[in-house]
Amino acid sequence: MQSTPQHTFSTDPDNQPQDDQLKSRSPFQLAMRRFLRNKLAVISVFVILIIIILSVMAPVFTDQDPEQTDLFKIEEHPSKENILGTNGQGQDNFARLLYGGRVSLIVGFSAMTFTLLIGVVLGSIAGYYGGIIDNIIMRAADIMLMLPFLVLALTIMAIVDRVTIPFFITIIALTTWPSLTRIIRGTYLSLREQEFVLGARAIGASDFRIVFKHFIPNAIGPIVVNATLMMASYIIIESALSFIGFGIPQPTPTWGNMISEAQNVRILRDHPEAWIPPGFAILITVLAINFIGDGLRDAFDPKSSQR
Amino acid sequence: MTNQDKHVAELTRDHSDHQQLLDQDTLISVKNVKKYFPVKGGILKRTVGHIKAVDDVSFDIKEGETLGVVGESGSGKSTLGRVILRLLEPTDGRILFEGADIAHIGNRKMREHRKNMQIVFQDPLASLNPKMSVGELIEEPLLVQTSATKAERKQKSIELLEKVGLRASDRTKYPHEFSGGQRQRISIARALALNPKFVICDEPVSALDVSIQAQVLNLMKDLQDEFGLTYLFIAHDLGVVKHISDRVAVMYLGRIAEIAPKDEIYKNPKHPYTQALLTSIPVVDTGEDTIQREKVKISGELPSPADPPSGCTFRTRCPFVHDRCAAERPELKETENGHYVACHLYT
Repeated sequence: MQSTPQHTFSTDPDNQPQDDQLKSRSPFQLAMRRFLRNKLAVISVFVILIIIILSVMAPVFTDQDPEQTDLFKIEEHPSKENILGTNGQGQDNFARLLYGGRVSLIVGFSAMTFTLLIGVVLGSIAGYYGGIIDNIIMRAADIMLMLPFLVLALTIMAIVDRVTIPFFITIIALTTWPSLTRIIRGTYLSLREQEFVLGARAIGASDFRIVFKHFIPNAIGPIVVNATLMMASYIIIESALSFIGFGIPQPTPTWGNMISEAQNVRILRDHPEAWIPPGFAILITVLAINFIGDGLRDAFDPKSSQR
Repeated sequence: MTNQDKHVAELTRDHSDHQQLLDQDTLISVKNVKKYFPVKGGILKRTVGHIKAVDDVSFDIKEGETLGVVGESGSGKSTLGRVILRLLEPTDGRILFEGADIAHIGNRKMREHRKNMQIVFQDPLASLNPKMSVGELIEEPLLVQTSATKAERKQKSIELLEKVGLRASDRTKYPHEFSGGQRQRISIARALALNPKFVICDEPVSALDVSIQAQVLNLMKDLQDEFGLTYLFIAHDLGVVKHISDRVAVMYLGRIAEIAPKDEIYKNPKHPYTQALLTSIPVVDTGEDTIQREKVKISGELPSPADPPSGCTFRTRCPFVHDRCAAERPELKETENGHYVACHLYT
């Protein structure tokens, strides 16, 4: 008698039958619930939000102009006026850190959106129609993947006089689209054989409807996850290119060209306040975005998190 | 003896009906339909052969009738269903639906016919888009094919849900919240949304528990009576088909081995393959009614459809095989009233 199972009175919120009967949850709502249960991912969302607020509202936090050079204040140590000191052109490091976040986030987000657009369109066409069209698109993707990204990007940057932010974003998107396109195509190829797609064709649904109502909602997991992880890698790419001087040029502040100051041994040794904060900012941002990506993957595909 | 007489009488009645109705009441007529899948090989991806999934299949289905199609995995029965619905392009042959040949018409014209022909798939989870609510799923055909307003579609979906034994409140739920049997009911409701004339049931109960199978079969039968539906009912064993079919076709390696009215197939199977299939159904011996059937056992696997045996494709597994079987392919011939069989034993 004592061994009567007690778990029927479990306090676990998931085991409340009444609640479930009253309210049914869509697959998207279920994914959201799983995401919100992932602490690391939720904290990362807040971290990213703080970084966005800091950079978007930069004028609130500093009254210094990040592009204003001052030859009388070169490489100064931190002071009340310049919290993180100044760089080799006398620009305020703190202001550049805040405004630089704008560039990194804009580059990351826009390049991701652009790549997503190319990837969804080309991946959908290739994955849905298959055959010759698929072959053409995928061989083009192979050629792009074959070219080493860095060499290609450097060549293009070297040819152009002045690299603007939109140009930079375009270059990144046009050189990195194949990976996302492949993922989307691959997902479609497996979806195409699903019976519900045949069912949609059996009722006479148009190709457009099948792609938008049946393929994309079922491929949204891999698409969102990979797009997120890609955004992190774009922020790294921007920093890396700026670091070696082929990114977005001065006087526009970016985290990458702030770190490039540290190429100078004197600054590396004597002015850690000039390069540690931007380095840390890149680290935190990329890490947070990756955690969000992982959280999304676990949320959309619960099987992947069952360790 | 008396049993036999009654049986013959029944048959002749069936047959006269059949003759009478043959022309005006034929809903769908499949004529010499073939579906070959090319086999590509080598570096240049050249076609090196064909898998003859459906090879020269012909039959008619009358309005309101149920034709059961039986065969083991790989016999081409599902492919046949998909070819009839033009979910796969037929390699050759004609498919007459209400007198119009739909085998090679364009997609736009085919769309019109899709209102009248629907399909229920085997796996009710795979055949329902997991990201769509039950309401959306059932209303999708209406959205695609008709100009019904949102309120009308909602009304219709509630009606259909109640018809198949679900509740109106299930509209807002998602497929993952239902059991297999309930999901299959949703599939059926979706298939019936456009009031089709013809429904292909592609092993609709194979994935369900035995206790649920009977419920779903009964539901399909009731709906058939109510809406005057015509079914092509695909299954892999003769047991399931027995309850719902008027006539049964047995397929082997892409061809029809035997096609006959239901009672004929079960009481007087002619093709050795049909006999073997019937032997494989477990029988409860009640002492009186059990028909003493000769046990026919076959062994081995289905030969590869890419390289079928010469002559009769069943000869490699047939216990009654003789010289002629390898040399000559048996044609599907009528032996008795409405009973067609493709076997050299009967010619």
